Amino acid sequence: MKRNKLALAGLALVGAATLALAGCSGGGSGTSTSTSSSDSSAIIKTNGSEPQNPLIPTNTNETGGGKIIDEIFSGLVYYDADGKPVNDMAESITVDDPQNLTVKIKPGQKFTNGEEVTSDSFINAWNYGAKLSNNQLSSYFFEDIEGFSWDEDSDLTGLKKVDDHTFTIALNKPASDFALRLGYSAFYPLPSEAFDDIEAFGENPIGNGPYKLADKDAWQHDVQISLVKNEDYQGGRQAKNGGLDIVFYATQDAAYADLLAGNVDVIDGIPSSALATFQDDLGDRAVNQPAAIFQSFTIPDRLKHFSGEEGQLRRQALSMAIDREQITKTIFQDTRTPASDFTSPVIAGWSDSLEGADVLKYDEKKAKELWAQADAISPWDGTFSIAYNSDGGHQAWVDAVMNSIKNTLGIDAVGAPYVDFASLRTEVTNRTIQTAFRTGWQADYPGLYNFLGPLYATDAGSNDGDYSNPDFDKLLSEGISATDSDKANEDFQKAQEILLKDLPAIPLWYSNVDGGYADGVQNVKFGWNSVPLYYEITKG
Amino acid sequence: MFAYILRRIVQVIPVFFGSTLLIYFLVFAMPGDPILALFGDKAPNPALLASLQAQYHLDQPFIVQYFYYIIGIFQGNMGVTFSGQSVNDVLARTLPVTARLAVMAIAIEFTLSIIIGTISALRKGKIFDNVSLVLSLIFVATPIFVLCFIAQYFLAIQLGWFKPTVGAQNDWGDLWLPAIVLGVSLYATSMRLMRGSVIDTLNMDWVRTAYSKGLSRRRVVPTHVLRNSLIPVITNSATNFGVLLVGATVTEAIFNIPGVGNTLFQATLRHEGPTIVSFVTVFVIIYVLVNLVVDLFYGLLDPRIRYVK
Repeated sequence: MKRNKLALAGLALVGAATLALAGCSGGGSGTSTSTSSSDSSAIIKTNGSEPQNPLIPTNTNETGGGKIIDEIFSGLVYYDADGKPVNDMAESITVDDPQNLTVKIKPGQKFTNGEEVTSDSFINAWNYGAKLSNNQLSSYFFEDIEGFSWDEDSDLTGLKKVDDHTFTIALNKPASDFALRLGYSAFYPLPSEAFDDIEAFGENPIGNGPYKLADKDAWQHDVQISLVKNEDYQGGRQAKNGGLDIVFYATQDAAYADLLAGNVDVIDGIPSSALATFQDDLGDRAVNQPAAIFQSFTIPDRLKHFSGEEGQLRRQALSMAIDREQITKTIFQDTRTPASDFTSPVIAGWSDSLEGADVLKYDEKKAKELWAQADAISPWDGTFSIAYNSDGGHQAWVDAVMNSIKNTLGIDAVGAPYVDFASLRTEVTNRTIQTAFRTGWQADYPGLYNFLGPLYATDAGSNDGDYSNPDFDKLLSEGISATDSDKANEDFQKAQEILLKDLPAIPLWYSNVDGGYADGVQNVKFGWNSVPLYYEITKG
Repeated sequence: MFAYILRRIVQVIPVFFGSTLLIYFLVFAMPGDPILALFGDKAPNPALLASLQAQYHLDQPFIVQYFYYIIGIFQGNMGVTFSGQSVNDVLARTLPVTARLAVMAIAIEFTLSIIIGTISALRKGKIFDNVSLVLSLIFVATPIFVLCFIAQYFLAIQLGWFKPTVGAQNDWGDLWLPAIVLGVSLYATSMRLMRGSVIDTLNMDWVRTAYSKGLSRRRVVPTHVLRNSLIPVITNSATNFGVLLVGATVTEAIFNIPGVGNTLFQATLRHEGPTIVSFVTVFVIIYVLVNLVVDLFYGLLDPRIRYVK
């Protein structure tokens, strides 16, 4: 009885003190009122989609699973809102030379099962991801590490453990931006328990990130996944809310309907049916900003009339015959930004004033001239077509681009629809496609090289048009060997000036990330990869 | 009677083989490599691609793939999705949700069509009859996805009477809005049939006899008229069931219901052979069984229909 009274008195004192303190701070600064009203235990509801694969970092390459993986795992670094890498598990990453790195890990960081994050957590996870017979979709991330093989199972001999908290990485070719790549999900560490039964692990992953699965049944397939704050996480992505409910939507329309009715807090996609109205519907809660997504169409050299000098002239003429400004405005309601290079405005080193960027401006007269010059070499016959997958909402812009070309150059131009993405990609990969085709690139990490190397280097994996230019290759390899990032970006910009002449792909526009949030939700910022920084979001 | 049921059930076997083979063939005929699509715009390494194709038997001719599938079925295993879940689990999780939705939709359809159809018949040519005719024409003519969007926008977002999507909470109460849309979209044909059937029955000798015995309308209509008028409506409901399954696919996608239709929709987008075949086969079997149950119902409603050789 007595004790109760004492406790009550104590509570009252504490209460009075906090009230006094709150009064002081409220008077002191204007911003504290908005933050003090938010609830640090609030669960943020957001949209997502059922992961296409078990939740294993090296096997997750699509947005549905990637969004979850990024919240429950932490790598050596994470990217802040501007795409700059910030140390997370790493204490330091030293680039000794373009082919060698030394990584030091902060001691005392734990997976949610209590196991410490050590050098082995990284080395074993990367070896698992790289091994051919493990069939991991993101295995190509390890191809620059010594010992990697596409043809047989082989260990990454370039990974050497120095001690529990230090390891070195040796690369098989210069890749000075390797440290920048380390924030991508393929490089996340795994606890040793993962390798006992990787399938069971993928169903119920144990991570080291700002959030963890709420309980054993947190992942309700096709419905949602519930994450709660991981109190043991010590890095810079400390959650300012209590957790995340990622609701899986079959369509963007359903997610948008829920946002309008206040059933979901944040969404990172607007259905095309609402593009024209969402900024009015949501007011300043609408988000529409550039993202690291580059869109183009590719005209392979092997097509008739598109090789050599004739091909170069025709590509330039086609590029100048497209009114990008008008198409992004009328078809996309300004949710795309006309391209001025081959990368994206959210990437450090992007420039809109490269030499030769004029070729991306609409110029009817110049386009006609160039086309006539090409006709002088060999007269044009037939129809110009761009192949696209009709399951991806591309028809409207393809039609508009074709109209623009038809009206400017006076040639027949029509879109060539494929039933779905898989059938288009099959013909592109097998090189059986006989027309130009739409292409796009979403960056894996915020670096210029990622937009250039995999796409236009001779024999590169995603070089769908089989482009090859020794001058371009040389500048690219100089850039990737330079440890000074300004020097590297200068090389990459020069390399792009060659691309602007050759136009292996014709740049169209950068995609924006479109989204919105509900009343009462604050601090919604979208990262460079179009996903909101969930740990920053507060509500209440 | 028992022999009849047995014979009908045995008939399911060729239907099963025929439909799975046909659907497997159609999935196989779909252009494009689903494994390539897993990599998005990024080109995969050929060795990795070949390895993944082998894992899902996609490098084999279609009849071999079908053979693997059938062997799996007899071992009680319908295959795995690309995300590594067993199709058995996916079905077990999604089927109850769709079943719940279907039962609610049929209940709504029946209630509406019997009540409105009967009243229309009794007041043939009056205002109620005309209004219900116009309304039913509107419901028949409007595609189901339009009904879904209209209901979602006005009843859920604007008026706030329902939640716009179902999502995780797929209990009976949460499924009202999609069930109403499905039920209403089906009700029109049943209601017209009910009306016609009641009108016919009202002219029958036994109804006239019943009235001439001095029975009131309140006695005659439920006991003598309704029971005899239900046969065409029930026959139609078996056909309607097919429409319901198709409609459920659209409705489940729009209202984000984690049911069979939604999963089938997603699997088709991803060319997931085993998932598509298993789901469509389950649809076919359910359809066959529903038709069987409906045929048996005739006997209860009209003892003159006998199941003898």
